[in-house]
Amino acid sequence: MAQGVRPRVKVPRKAEAGEIITIKTLISHKMESGQRKDSDGNVIPRSIIHRFTCDFNGQNVVDFKMEPAISTNPYFEFEATVPESGEFKFTWHDDDGSVYETAKKIEVA
Amino acid sequence: MEFTRRETLAVGAAAAMVVTIPMPAMASKADALIEEFTGGADVADGGVDLDAPEIAENGNTVPIEVGAEGAEAIMVLAAGNPEPPVATFRFGPLAGAHRAKTRIRLAGTQDVIAVAKMADGSYAKAAKTVKVTIGGCGG
Amino acid sequence: MKIRTLTAVAAMLIAPGFAMSDPDDDTLVVNGEIEMVTKTEAPDHMSDTYVDTIMSGWHFRSDETQSLQMDDFDNSGMVFVDIGRDQWNTAEGGEGKSCASCHGTPEESMEGVRATYPKWDAEAEEVQTLAMQVNDCRESRMEAEPYGYTSGEMANIEALIAVQSRGMPVNVAIDGPVSETWERGKELYYTRTGQLELSCANCHEDNYGNMIRADHLSQGQINGFPVYRLKNAKLNTVHARFKGCVRDTRAETYKPGSPEFVALELYVASRGNGLSVEGPSVRN
Repeated sequence: MAQGVRPRVKVPRKAEAGEIITIKTLISHKMESGQRKDSDGNVIPRSIIHRFTCDFNGQNVVDFKMEPAISTNPYFEFEATVPESGEFKFTWHDDDGSVYETAKKIEVA
Repeated sequence: MEFTRRETLAVGAAAAMVVTIPMPAMASKADALIEEFTGGADVADGGVDLDAPEIAENGNTVPIEVGAEGAEAIMVLAAGNPEPPVATFRFGPLAGAHRAKTRIRLAGTQDVIAVAKMADGSYAKAAKTVKVTIGGCGG
Repeated sequence: MKIRTLTAVAAMLIAPGFAMSDPDDDTLVVNGEIEMVTKTEAPDHMSDTYVDTIMSGWHFRSDETQSLQMDDFDNSGMVFVDIGRDQWNTAEGGEGKSCASCHGTPEESMEGVRATYPKWDAEAEEVQTLAMQVNDCRESRMEAEPYGYTSGEMANIEALIAVQSRGMPVNVAIDGPVSETWERGKELYYTRTGQLELSCANCHEDNYGNMIRADHLSQGQINGFPVYRLKNAKLNTVHARFKGCVRDTRAETYKPGSPEFVALELYVASRGNGLSVEGPSVRN
């Protein structure tokens, strides 16, 4: 598990049925690209988050494959359709096998 | 050996032609990745929105936005990076729009390319040149 | 020798076609709520300079960079405020206390604090920066190890505290017991150092608005610190930035936490009196 990895997600608390909302996600992660060298000249091995997913009540919203060219502290903004009340689940998959998760509930009036 | 003027002009013209004949386009890494993504299918120009700054304030964190109405997936490449792949955005049934914003690393001035796979199986692409600068005293 | 250096500096500063890029006129409102004062009348103590308007570094950045600071979910520095909050609530050290044990929530106890630092500490009888105060609490009241002066952990706590003063005017005292330190800071600001023989003023007072290579020179204000820099994708503290700047003049740099940098921080903060606290801000 990489150190100091913390998600930060913005989801509106409420929406109308069928409304399209904007979701913003960030996670603090170094995203070591595998292009850098240390002071001895050795390549620092790649260690990034390679996949991000967002699901709502079991249905997929987005599934992003991430490469080393995504900046440190990966940020995504995208849109989701909200059919009913429920929970958004966000996952980030690390090269080292860890999976970081967070969830946000939303209420449909 | 003495050249007549005619001969000199001929040699000059030949030399110029050798220099100006375009080299067969070296299949770049980016082209190969696009081939792989599309399976060799035709890629239309246009129908893909790609928003990136004209001048990136810093190559380490460059905000971009890609979108294509009706796209199933959009692949983004940085043609001038040591490794061109940037991300592949896949949109599921609950995606509200087929677009996404993110921040990327660009090693230098180059083209950012977005290739979209549409739901009907066709492909489209857009490219944008982003200037990446070095500023200040280097601090 | 001197003339050549100056010419080199001049050549660096006057990039063709870019000589004067004025800072823009946009307004900064964060989250649609917090109205930031990013341009205002220069404080009285600067009346002997020809600077009559002080401006936040925000104005010197591109539109794309500016927009990153306008929403707390676009501002990558804010995730470090969250991490700072975890630190705030974690008990550490011999006394088994956390910041929260004495201070409650940052919202309750830290409003307005960032805006007045560096300030005089009567007990220690010296000017203290926020970092010094944090470490003082950690060592004497928590019996915990101090944070590294420019470490990530310190930056996180500084950002958490700065957020509680966002939108409030910077207001550091320059008279009374701090005046000697302030004068020393002012002297440092105007002293040329290094192989490039540059003072802070040469760039940030004489040439703000000009381009230095492809970078838009700001007034060097620190109302936005700690700052999330796109360049290194992390929070940066004031003394780390000072160290970088001094090193860039090719001079032997002072150490973060040194009396010289404390004095300089006090003086530079006072040049921003009236601008809103923006920390954590986003810059290039």
